[in-house]
Amino acid sequence: MKNISCDVAVIGAGGAGLSAAAAAAAAGAKTIVIDREESCGGVLCQCIHNGFGLRYFNEELTGPEYALRMEKCAREAGADIMLGETVSKVIRRSDNTFEATLFSGANGVTRLNARSFVFATGCRERTRANIAVPGDRSAGVYTAGSAQKLMNLSGMLPGKRAVIVGSGDIGLIMARRCRWSGIDVAAVVEILPEPSGLPRNIAQCLRDFDIPLLLSHRCARIIGRDRVEAVEIENMKTGERFNFQCDTVLFSVGLIPENELLKSMGIVMNTATGGPCVDASLQCAAGVFAAGNSLHVHDLVDFASLEARRAGKCAAEYASSGTLPVASVEVSCSKTLKYAVPNRCIPGTSGEFFFRPTVSCARAVLRAMTGNREIARKLCISVRPAEMLTMKLEIPAGINNVGFELEECK
Amino acid sequence: MKQYDVVVIGAGATGAAIAWQLSHYDLKVALVDRCADASFGVSKANSGIVHGGFHHSADSTLKAKLELEGNEMFDALKSELDFEFDRCGILVVAYSEDELPALQKLYERGVGNKVPGIEMCSRERLFELEPKLSDTAVAGFFVPRGGVIEPYGYVFSLVESAELNGVEFWRNFQAAESVHEGVFRTITAADGRKIQARFTVNAAGLYADEVSRICGGEEFEIKPRKGEEYLLDRTSPGRPSKVIFPVPTPCSKGMLVIPTAGGTTMIGPSATMIGDKTENSTTQAEREIIFEHSQKMIKGISERDLVAAFSGLRPVLPGNEDFFIARSEKAADLIQAAGIQSPGLTASPAIGVYVKNILQKCGLEMKEKNSPRKILPPKNRARELSDEEIDKLHADEKLASRIICRCEFISEAEIVAAVHRGHVTLDGVKFRTRAGMGRCQGGFCAPKIMQIISRESGIPMEQLTKRGPGSELLAGKLGDLEVK
Repeated sequence: MKNISCDVAVIGAGGAGLSAAAAAAAAGAKTIVIDREESCGGVLCQCIHNGFGLRYFNEELTGPEYALRMEKCAREAGADIMLGETVSKVIRRSDNTFEATLFSGANGVTRLNARSFVFATGCRERTRANIAVPGDRSAGVYTAGSAQKLMNLSGMLPGKRAVIVGSGDIGLIMARRCRWSGIDVAAVVEILPEPSGLPRNIAQCLRDFDIPLLLSHRCARIIGRDRVEAVEIENMKTGERFNFQCDTVLFSVGLIPENELLKSMGIVMNTATGGPCVDASLQCAAGVFAAGNSLHVHDLVDFASLEARRAGKCAAEYASSGTLPVASVEVSCSKTLKYAVPNRCIPGTSGEFFFRPTVSCARAVLRAMTGNREIARKLCISVRPAEMLTMKLEIPAGINNVGFELEECK
Repeated sequence: MKQYDVVVIGAGATGAAIAWQLSHYDLKVALVDRCADASFGVSKANSGIVHGGFHHSADSTLKAKLELEGNEMFDALKSELDFEFDRCGILVVAYSEDELPALQKLYERGVGNKVPGIEMCSRERLFELEPKLSDTAVAGFFVPRGGVIEPYGYVFSLVESAELNGVEFWRNFQAAESVHEGVFRTITAADGRKIQARFTVNAAGLYADEVSRICGGEEFEIKPRKGEEYLLDRTSPGRPSKVIFPVPTPCSKGMLVIPTAGGTTMIGPSATMIGDKTENSTTQAEREIIFEHSQKMIKGISERDLVAAFSGLRPVLPGNEDFFIARSEKAADLIQAAGIQSPGLTASPAIGVYVKNILQKCGLEMKEKNSPRKILPPKNRARELSDEEIDKLHADEKLASRIICRCEFISEAEIVAAVHRGHVTLDGVKFRTRAGMGRCQGGFCAPKIMQIISRESGIPMEQLTKRGPGSELLAGKLGDLEVK
């Protein structure tokens, strides 16, 4: 069994993990990034469409291009990358360092020792079972991401006529991808009264291809003994039911942050994000950091990469000093916000916060309060749950709580 | 044409156990199944309980006698065949005072059947045995020799071991016609393949009525009784340490909470008589009922932990609540093993012996093989091995430490071994290895597994199926379709 060690270990070589590794290495830490796949990028590798990189690299890139660019950043900063390695567990040792166990075809079992760990383990897709769609267990039922992988990385066609359940971004992108490949798309079906993907994807992936978007409709049943033959759709407003003939159903019904490793370490999870509770250093326990979609689901990889820099930088700082400033300010949010990240911040510093609104409106004011005192405000335009909100804030010294409120402008 | 001493029709738990039993003797044996793999019929959706022998009277039913015998055979079988099996024990729990008379009756039947270690429990003792029981539990009894088994893993192990010891397994062989001439019966499959055998064993589950008819045996009808099951993540706080039974109803043992041998939690099954033997759907109505029932039984069960839903069909022989295992009175070369519903899985090892004895009485010579019995190679499940053991395996087999299914922690070597044993469908690999059975339901690993199956079997990707012809997973290659 091999033993290796480093200052900062990053689990996950996607858009967040690579960015965190680049930041950690740039701060002088001996950094290793681990990924279970044989190439860097995670889900970016199968995202062959463009639209990535505008915020981070100031140019428009495809997913694989973004991944390559980010890999280059990490390598040039001095990070080592270990691919094809699956992490089965991470434990904290009595000296407060960490030991991860890695499995790969190339190296067998490896113990990796590090002073701090960044978890950038991404998400998995919600499945048919997660939304409890009854019916037959037919072939031809895929999550949108699986179908994307089969098409873009294996060059295969999942079917000939698809219904897409859920209007998440991956589903919208896949609707267009299907049409580009000659697969007919009967409809995209969304249970909510408004789409859950980004407006630009609704326009570019559905409207431009005349693909029907059925809002307030759900997939009530899958029909087909061997292969999918149809889906039964229910109109949530009228209760009316009808069938779409199809041979394929793609589910794009949300993402679940993958935090099984953190959970096994006893880290407290935030039920609103599905990720761990973190402080302003993106630290969830001493020496344990989280970044990217496993922390909370981002709209754009650019945001995940930008946010992850902080995790990498702080992980390096912790690795060298063994301590970080105490985040004593508790963060809370109003009902119009699903969550605020981070959950604790440091008085007397500048901080950046991410929010997911629960409401849709044309204009709203986002306020940062401590007690009854407003400390900052920001006007937000075309607010919707599909788009994250952000706020940069100078946190006053001497306070112990910050509450964020989002209020619609009438 | 291939000639055999015995052909066993149906490679579920019953047929597989019979074929495995026969593989110990100097006989030419064929095992045929209409599906693409063993256990794909009734057995794949079995609840996986090794029952305790208290539901039916051993004095008046064959099923209870075979259940009690079968139960005791699993330890030896597991040590030879290496399937997932845990004698975790069974608790039968009454949740209201009204159920106490029925509970007492069931307990007394168990005592009458001489169920080893059966114990009537006070409420205090009940909670000591299972702290997750819901507060409404009032009384119950404990059956320490009950347990759980991975049903498909068990059937696959029997079939693979039988194959290794000379039994020939014919997949996708749907018996369609038969003619008996001289000493041989010729059985023709729907696709035209033919085999001949001196004796035919009908272990065809849901289709035992059809097989009996084409072989000139007894006329009967098998009716399917559907059961839906819901599988919860291995991290579910609602996983009990023992199988939890309610007090049963007249037509079913009731809905259970099962700590499966694979480490997940299963709730169900429901019991609905249906007309169609190919109906395997799940319904919203049953899901709601099953969750409601199981939440009344055990604390911590939540729909949030739902990983998969499926249903299975029990082969009911109306008017005969017992198993029908006998030499046919109408076709002398036909042995019937029909109506094997619960506790068929538990009884199956004993059914194997029972049918072997019938064949012997029919004049089939049973001479034990001279050559030593061939033993299946170890399954080397990454999930169960220590890090050191996996690292050691890696020295000879690089793929032993390459993890393909992250949720269930399954190595590429396990998947390759499954394909090499003939499991070339996605469900076949899933049932053999558990790859794709976890919380992501194959979202990450299914495309990888498909590539491994294709690479190892030589079957092109576009011809791969979920569970046999008709369930093709893909429609072709990019570029095959015209873009409008």
